[in-house]
Amino acid sequence: MAVTAPPILFKPQKAPFRVMPGFNLSLGFTIFYLTLIVLIPLSAVFLKTFTMTWPAFWSAVTSERVMASYRLTFGASLIAASINVVFGAIVAWVLVRYTFPGKRFIDALVDLPFALPTAVAGITLTALYSSNGWFGQYLEPLGIKVAFTPLGIVIALTFIGLPFVVRTVQPVLEDLEPEIEEAAASLGASSLQVFSRIIFPAILPSLLTGFALAFARATGEYGSVIFIAGNMPMVSEITPLFIITKLEQYDYAGATAIAVVMLVVSFLMLLSINLLQAWTRAKAAK
Amino acid sequence: MSRATLSHSTRPALKEPRWVRALFIAVALIFLTLFLFVPLAAVFVQAFSKGWATYLAAITDPDAISAIKLTLITAAIAVPLNLVFGVCAAWCIAKFEFRGKSFLLTLIDLPFSVSPVISGLIYVLLFGAQGWFGAWLQEHDIRILFAVPGIVLATVFVTFPFVARELIPLMQAQGNEEEEAAIVLGASGWNTFRRVTLPNIKWGLLYGVILCNARAMGEFGAVSVVSGHIRGETNTMPLHVEILYNEYNFAAAFAVASLLALLALLTLALKSFIEWRLQLNRADDSATRSTEH
Repeated sequence: MAVTAPPILFKPQKAPFRVMPGFNLSLGFTIFYLTLIVLIPLSAVFLKTFTMTWPAFWSAVTSERVMASYRLTFGASLIAASINVVFGAIVAWVLVRYTFPGKRFIDALVDLPFALPTAVAGITLTALYSSNGWFGQYLEPLGIKVAFTPLGIVIALTFIGLPFVVRTVQPVLEDLEPEIEEAAASLGASSLQVFSRIIFPAILPSLLTGFALAFARATGEYGSVIFIAGNMPMVSEITPLFIITKLEQYDYAGATAIAVVMLVVSFLMLLSINLLQAWTRAKAAK
Repeated sequence: MSRATLSHSTRPALKEPRWVRALFIAVALIFLTLFLFVPLAAVFVQAFSKGWATYLAAITDPDAISAIKLTLITAAIAVPLNLVFGVCAAWCIAKFEFRGKSFLLTLIDLPFSVSPVISGLIYVLLFGAQGWFGAWLQEHDIRILFAVPGIVLATVFVTFPFVARELIPLMQAQGNEEEEAAIVLGASGWNTFRRVTLPNIKWGLLYGVILCNARAMGEFGAVSVVSGHIRGETNTMPLHVEILYNEYNFAAAFAVASLLALLALLTLALKSFIEWRLQLNRADDSATRSTEH
């Protein structure tokens, strides 16, 4: 008799009684909406390319003009993200460690590139850097042309990616225990040693995360770039613009093929960002 | 929490020499001035470069008015949809344990990592003349692409994760105890949500809505692909700015752009205010908790 009792006893452990209501409803709606808005439309991109033959797909994604646009898009994004790592780290450092008048105001305004519509950023930067603009009129005599050149693209992408590094590094710097630095200093470490041995290793994962986020955003960016880029094929034509050009020629398959390449790169970036964030959390937990 | 903030303000900052501090602050301020403050100021200076009369004429132009209307309508549809989704997603992800949760989280984040241009392209592939539903839509005389529904759909896609993303970590941090107590005491599910959960998450919810709204009103790339650029019909504010700019009507372009810049500033102001409220709440929580123990 006692042998048959345990299964009943253990049953609640297998299917725990949930106090909280609404699991099926909320999960059901979440998956339904996600499928309708995101998954079905995104899958259309991949299914569309399956209607192409492999040689057609390959020639669409490796034509000379597309290759030039990849080089420009990824190159400019890389430079812009690197600029943001250096200056973003300095801005985050200054905002966390020092006090100066207007700090709160500046802190709030760092997010401007997230809030300002990209088209507004695009026309404004173009106006500033064109040959009679506030910056352009001084740069032009020095032989530096920014507007309508790849350099302009770097400027626009730097603007767009500015908040990422600041906002990923800032909380990590805030959470650093001052005791560790004090201990190091009292044991005779110089400021430079404290920075390179204690602070830098602690913020490194967040710096890389910020870099990856800024880079990922920059590769897909369209609105702020097209005004300042000049959009000359082979010279200053970014990949997202090339997709639009293909669409305007009703070459849907060609546009979709390039979109697949961009999507695969984005998914790889998303994956590495997730890994980097897991690393950041693991470091913080230590 | 309160201890941590205390140690910040009294942090012995500042072992590094004065000139290093001054140098860092100067570099940060120069960088931000060149890349943020000057461009922001330039929007308004350019907008008023031809005087008030031109400014007013530009923003009261019938095409501008219809662009403003379309932008407001689009946001008015897209934001509530993503709000309902955000609350649902946060409820099941934060309040329950189930398999595949982190995968679901990654899927919810997907629209953030997709280029705006591709966000528009996917709807062209679905509803365009050569698209999956193109022929059927034409037969039934339903216009989605190059019409308002397409613009709304593209906007819903690009603003999809905003509310969910703000709510999930907040609700995870708050745990289930309060809701469970309400349920055990006999409250219905809906009442528990309305009376217990909602007051706890209201600031986080508002935060997500504000960010979602800013993106919905400002989206350019995705909307540009699906809109068809029909003046007075399928132009949102950012697209109207582009048209005016490409016609070399710079003062008018910047006038409309200045409205969007004002929206951005308002968004940032509200965001800072809510962050301050959230911090206050958290400080309250930890204060009550430390007196309880």
